[in-house]
Amino acid sequence: MSTSAPAADGPLTDDGLVQLLTPAGERVAHPEYDAWAAELDGERLRAMYRDMVLTRRFDTEATSLQRQGELALYAQCLGQEAAQIGSGHALAPQDHVFPSYREHGVALARGLEMTDLLRLFRGVDHGGWDPAAHGFHLFTLVIGSHTLHATGYAMGVQRDGLVGTGDPTRDTAVVTYFGDGATAQGDVSEALVFSSVNQAPVVLFCQNNQFAISEPTSRQSRVPLADRAPGFGVPSVRVDGNDVVATYAVTRQALERARSGGGPTFVEAFTYRMGAHTTSDDPTRYRTSEQEEHWRRRDPIERLRVHLERTGELPEVFQAQLAAESDAFGEHVRAAVRAMGHPSPHSMFEHVYATPHAVVESERAWFAQYEQSFVGPDGRTTGGHR
Amino acid sequence: MTVTSERTRQATTDLPPAPAPAPFPTGTQRLPMAKALNLGMRRALANDPRALLMGEDIGRLGGVFRVTDGLFAEFGEDRVVDTPLAESGIVGTAIGLALRGYRPVVEIQFDGFVFPAFDQITTQLAKMHYRSQGRLKLPVVIRIPFGGGIGAVEHHSESPEALFAHTAGLRVVSPSTPADAFTMIQQAIASPDPVIFLEPKGRYWEKGDVDLDAPLPAPHGGPADLDHARVVRAGTDVTVVAYGPTVATALKAAEAAAAEGTSIEVVDLRTISPLDTATVAASVQRTGRCVVVHEAPVLYGSGAEVAARITEECFFHLQAPVLRVGGFHTPYPVAKIEHDYLPGLDRLLDAVDRALAF
Repeated sequence: MSTSAPAADGPLTDDGLVQLLTPAGERVAHPEYDAWAAELDGERLRAMYRDMVLTRRFDTEATSLQRQGELALYAQCLGQEAAQIGSGHALAPQDHVFPSYREHGVALARGLEMTDLLRLFRGVDHGGWDPAAHGFHLFTLVIGSHTLHATGYAMGVQRDGLVGTGDPTRDTAVVTYFGDGATAQGDVSEALVFSSVNQAPVVLFCQNNQFAISEPTSRQSRVPLADRAPGFGVPSVRVDGNDVVATYAVTRQALERARSGGGPTFVEAFTYRMGAHTTSDDPTRYRTSEQEEHWRRRDPIERLRVHLERTGELPEVFQAQLAAESDAFGEHVRAAVRAMGHPSPHSMFEHVYATPHAVVESERAWFAQYEQSFVGPDGRTTGGHR
Repeated sequence: MTVTSERTRQATTDLPPAPAPAPFPTGTQRLPMAKALNLGMRRALANDPRALLMGEDIGRLGGVFRVTDGLFAEFGEDRVVDTPLAESGIVGTAIGLALRGYRPVVEIQFDGFVFPAFDQITTQLAKMHYRSQGRLKLPVVIRIPFGGGIGAVEHHSESPEALFAHTAGLRVVSPSTPADAFTMIQQAIASPDPVIFLEPKGRYWEKGDVDLDAPLPAPHGGPADLDHARVVRAGTDVTVVAYGPTVATALKAAEAAAAEGTSIEVVDLRTISPLDTATVAASVQRTGRCVVVHEAPVLYGSGAEVAARITEECFFHLQAPVLRVGGFHTPYPVAKIEHDYLPGLDRLLDAVDRALAF
């Protein structure tokens, strides 16, 4: 039984962080996790680098589109690319992701049409993609609620007999992403309870980006967030979330534990939200430029770039191709958002229920007739009665 | 199945083996509602391998009301799941199981315990089909023993139906008889939509005839589905609209009124969402008077919705304003005075008299 006082830095301590790439891009050995990163050859690291660069481009374009009035809101993942791409690349095709709302990098790694993510932020629908197509559930905006959906989904995977078969193409894991703020929610504690007692094949992936909008992690916890999980019977690991190699390695291990029947794992990826909470936020009110500068020097993309250059794995031709791909991607994002069109007002009555509901149907019919009353004899709308 | 833990197995071996399940009864039987619900779930579990029950104490104990008695022994711990004591977690994981293709039937132990799960029910369960543009189906049933009259301590006698009926995406139903309980629980499990299934716990042990061999009508579409009210007693002077525990009260009132020369028609609403206004309106157009009775507080209760819709649809047929009888705008009172709070025979007949005298 531990009775020790919380660490001096509380939940922001560097103690116990798994790191395989230093901020200077130097690969360092780790007795436990080197094996899990061994499969990352130059080609796979370049694939991760590409996805991190494209994720940041997406972030930049979407932020600009919001500033131009094309999106109502946008939540950046700036600075969290390593946590998202490292973990996203560790997933198998049959795995299922339950994201929060900032997991654009994971979506990219799962192969989603990225502009579908922006339909929510433009206000044309609440979730514009098929969760089954890429094993990527809709965004969840109520903090922490989806960690229970992931746990229940993983309990279904168990009942489907897709855990511990030994067949790597069938054994299935579920991963759910949430932030430091979410760990204060009861639902996250309940997800730990349910996943633990059921030994559900789920990875609870916490991106500790140090802020829940304006509140630092010290307002959520006195101890490192990963320290909470063992009390629920869930093993946990703290990883440098700006280190894509280490994030990949710890996630691979956690996913493997889940798939083989070893139960849940809590991963705390310690990172930093370099941008604002959303485009409506103003971080200058609650943090210093010195702190931001400190973390800018730990930029996860720069860290991998330096590493690849040092090891001779970043040829100029690759960089040129990636720059061109990024530009084309940016153009695509801008054009696709502007072409999204306006939803029909009648669409609000669609899919409220799976089978017709008398009240919805009568309101739908009334609204159609009301709208029709504005149409003049020439078939054009009169713009209202008054 | 793969999730039996070593520890559970050890605990199981310490107990005597459960008796083998009795064969499923046949024919028309006189059963209490609790047994009718039990047999309805038993049939659903037998017919649909994706159906499963989840809740607190529903396994070996059979539920605090014994509604799931025997089902753990028959179907095992993966399909009759004793969950951790956390309502949000129960409903949240039920959502996840539904997303994986299962049909979870959740038991909330008492009405007053549903609120820890309120976010999961109203914000997640109710809206996911809509948010996903119909791509995600959520066939989850939330069973809630509701209503009072059993002399319980606080938080064990409430009627929260209006809170759920106000949320688009949920269906809210309540059976009033063992026969309806047997049919409606199976329809709720078969429905592709989330269903809040309110069981009048004060009527759990009242018996009625249940035809166990009748074919199950489809959950939606057709007069015997989950979406329709039913005239359960014909009358000519006043329509009394009731559901769940107050249907029996309304029938007793009709009996008493008949002795005094007043003819009451009783409509069992059966479904609070959707509201079957057509069946109620047709009745009120015949009688010209309407009284709605429920245990929930009158203020903003489902009776207010019935009154508003009947006023709109039957304005020129009405001989009196639609009157409401129900609980007061107080917390549910202590057990010793709960029968002064609950709408009983006298309060209902008083409202009938006022409607007739208008």
